[in-house]
Amino acid sequence: MSLTNKVTAEDVLRISGVDASRCMQCGKCSGACPNYDEMDLHPHQFAALLRKGEVERLMESNALYQCLSCFACSQRCPRNVEPAKIIEAVRLTVIRQKGRNYMTADRLPEKLDEDLPQQALVSAMRKYSK
Amino acid sequence: MQKIGVFVCWCGSNIAATVDVKAVAQALKNEAGVVFSTDYQYMCSENGQAMIRQAIKEHQLTGIVVCSCSPRMHEATFRKTAVSAGLNPYMVEIANIREQCSWIHKDIAEGTEKAIVLARAAVAKLHKNAPLTAGTSPVTKRALVIGGGIAGIQTALDVADAGFEVDIVEKSPTIGGRMAQLDKTFPTLDCSACILTPKMVEAAQHEKINIISYAELESLSGFVGNFTATIRKKARFIDEDKCSGCGVCTEKCPSRKGLDEFNMKLNKRGAVYIPFAQAIPNVAVIDAEQCLHFRTGKCGLCQKNCSAGAIDFEQKDQLIERKYGAIVVATGFKPIDASAFNEYAYNDSPDVVTSLEFERIMNAAGPTKGQLIRPSDLKHPHEIVVIQCVGSRCTEDKEKGKPYCSKICCMYTAKHAMLVREKYPDVKVHVFYIDARTPGKNFDEFYRRAVEQYDVDYIKGMVGKVAVEGDKLHVQGSDLLNGEQVHINADMVVLATAIEPDPTARSLGTMLTASMDTNDFFTEAHPKLRPVESPPAGIFLSGVAQGPKDIPETVAQAGAAAAKVIGLLCKNELTCNACVAQTNEAICNGCSQCEKVCPYGAITYEDKEIRSPEFRGIRRIATVNEAICQGCGACTVTCPSGAMDLKGFTNSQIMSEVDAICR
Repeated sequence: MSLTNKVTAEDVLRISGVDASRCMQCGKCSGACPNYDEMDLHPHQFAALLRKGEVERLMESNALYQCLSCFACSQRCPRNVEPAKIIEAVRLTVIRQKGRNYMTADRLPEKLDEDLPQQALVSAMRKYSK
Repeated sequence: MQKIGVFVCWCGSNIAATVDVKAVAQALKNEAGVVFSTDYQYMCSENGQAMIRQAIKEHQLTGIVVCSCSPRMHEATFRKTAVSAGLNPYMVEIANIREQCSWIHKDIAEGTEKAIVLARAAVAKLHKNAPLTAGTSPVTKRALVIGGGIAGIQTALDVADAGFEVDIVEKSPTIGGRMAQLDKTFPTLDCSACILTPKMVEAAQHEKINIISYAELESLSGFVGNFTATIRKKARFIDEDKCSGCGVCTEKCPSRKGLDEFNMKLNKRGAVYIPFAQAIPNVAVIDAEQCLHFRTGKCGLCQKNCSAGAIDFEQKDQLIERKYGAIVVATGFKPIDASAFNEYAYNDSPDVVTSLEFERIMNAAGPTKGQLIRPSDLKHPHEIVVIQCVGSRCTEDKEKGKPYCSKICCMYTAKHAMLVREKYPDVKVHVFYIDARTPGKNFDEFYRRAVEQYDVDYIKGMVGKVAVEGDKLHVQGSDLLNGEQVHINADMVVLATAIEPDPTARSLGTMLTASMDTNDFFTEAHPKLRPVESPPAGIFLSGVAQGPKDIPETVAQAGAAAAKVIGLLCKNELTCNACVAQTNEAICNGCSQCEKVCPYGAITYEDKEIRSPEFRGIRRIATVNEAICQGCGACTVTCPSGAMDLKGFTNSQIMSEVDAICR
């Protein structure tokens, strides 16, 4: 990543190790996504917008935090594009920036829920903050 | 000493833009033996050739070097030019300064330097060239067609109509192939069997066509015009001459566990069966794995009931050896195995079917007598989802699926949707598609009719998951145009599976030394200009064996292959390759290594009397049959004593080239 904190499409491609040019926009990833309705942008759009270089739109997306990282999209993709890796890479570029932790310790109490395994909160802390 | 002329071609700007052609012509003037050197815009043009002819006569040239495109393009042209000026055609050398020089270099200094080096090498070789004369070989006027589908049938009919004998070798018990399994054909919706079976009958009745069914090619030797094939005719345990096809045995057979291959294994058949009503030959076949007689030694009901006495449990595989002038590969395709795609629940529910299975369900002669019912509970479905591109257009590194577009799925899916809606207007049909690819005469109109007239619900997007929920199939997919995920509770799901070459293609390709691509489709000798020929001479391609195509294209290609076969068979003899191997008898020690590597069986051994300073007496010497040798050079590199040489490409000629390059 450059020093200016400006994240480019190349950065995301490098971090994710994904070749987005192989995507043929068949939509099988978004068809497989179990959390589709909660996301503002969907797996196939991550590949498409990345191709257009519109990383900012991806970084502002709430889908980064709704993605379950179940990797169904990656597993089903007929062209080995692996959208889950793109989403993961974009999320990393966001939370690595100063003050962009999505999950902070002071938000933990509100998330506490009897039915929620505590392990989930630990993973969320790992996943959504530096 | 040779008197050599050098002719440097510009090929318009193809060569001249990256190679200083004048400098090349000038540099070559200083080479030993070169008495004339020039350049011209298009050496292959009539004017260019006239220039060559004139120079040969004027300067009494004994050989020429043409610096131009690949010898694959114009070697034949310049050899003819040389012949018309009185030279032996093998006194022509081509320096490829286009494909191997100008097209791959950007810098003119580099390109020019390399062109000069390549031209020098050609001159060095030419110094050691000797005039060669090609022999001739006779042509066996019979063709072998491998595969009895519509491609093979059409090629056989066209070749036979021209008056030549044709044998069709078909591995299954009947000809007809995939087309016989289809219900209707796009874009006209005419019945597939109605248009195919007359052709099958025509082939069977044709006096020049001999159908060898339930047989496979076992081995092949020889070369263009002179192939010898060994065909294994598998034991069908029925005497083909006696069986009348009455079908009594098939009714009496008590074994009912065999899966009906013709109906895509959707129903059971007896151990003795006739694949379908219009099968040709209309002769039963016994499946020895299922037959009680073969399994337990008892039964024999078919034998007791056959009034023709055609059942022969003692029948053995039969080997037929026959000579052919030409071979046509028409091995066709099969749908890929859908069981790898379990995200579509193919293994979980019998109501998830492939398109070819669906074709059988819709066919009046199929397992359901043409009634649209679900395989699981035999109920009428009300909502059907078709998923296109199942296994097509995947990347090469994907474990399952094929990288190519299977080409026919968009059209047969539109056909299926239309047939369902026509016959059962109460059934909703949804089609998930990535792109509707419909190039072809009346093809897009056909697809639009499905959308507009038959109200088929086309959804742009793919299905991500099919899950069995009770007696329904929950289909979850994306609708990319409306930006939403769709959920459909379907009664049936049809997978438009990719097609792949028949599994026998790879081993057949190896046997024929025919080249294949990574997907096991046969490759053509030239993708544009020789689309129905395989690189080895005398092997021709017909139908899907060469690449995915629909029926009209297959028939057109089958006719084209037939035209090529006829062009070959109508010749009485063929000119052989003059660049064949020869033995240096003074050095050969008869070790037999060359014989072992020769793919054409062109080398034999003779006891010859040798009189050389070192040896006097009888010695075993390799002898090359020049009519069979194809000049591949395998023997020359194998020979441990250096006794084998290839005329026109001798070791000393090649070393001279290398020396010239390294000078």
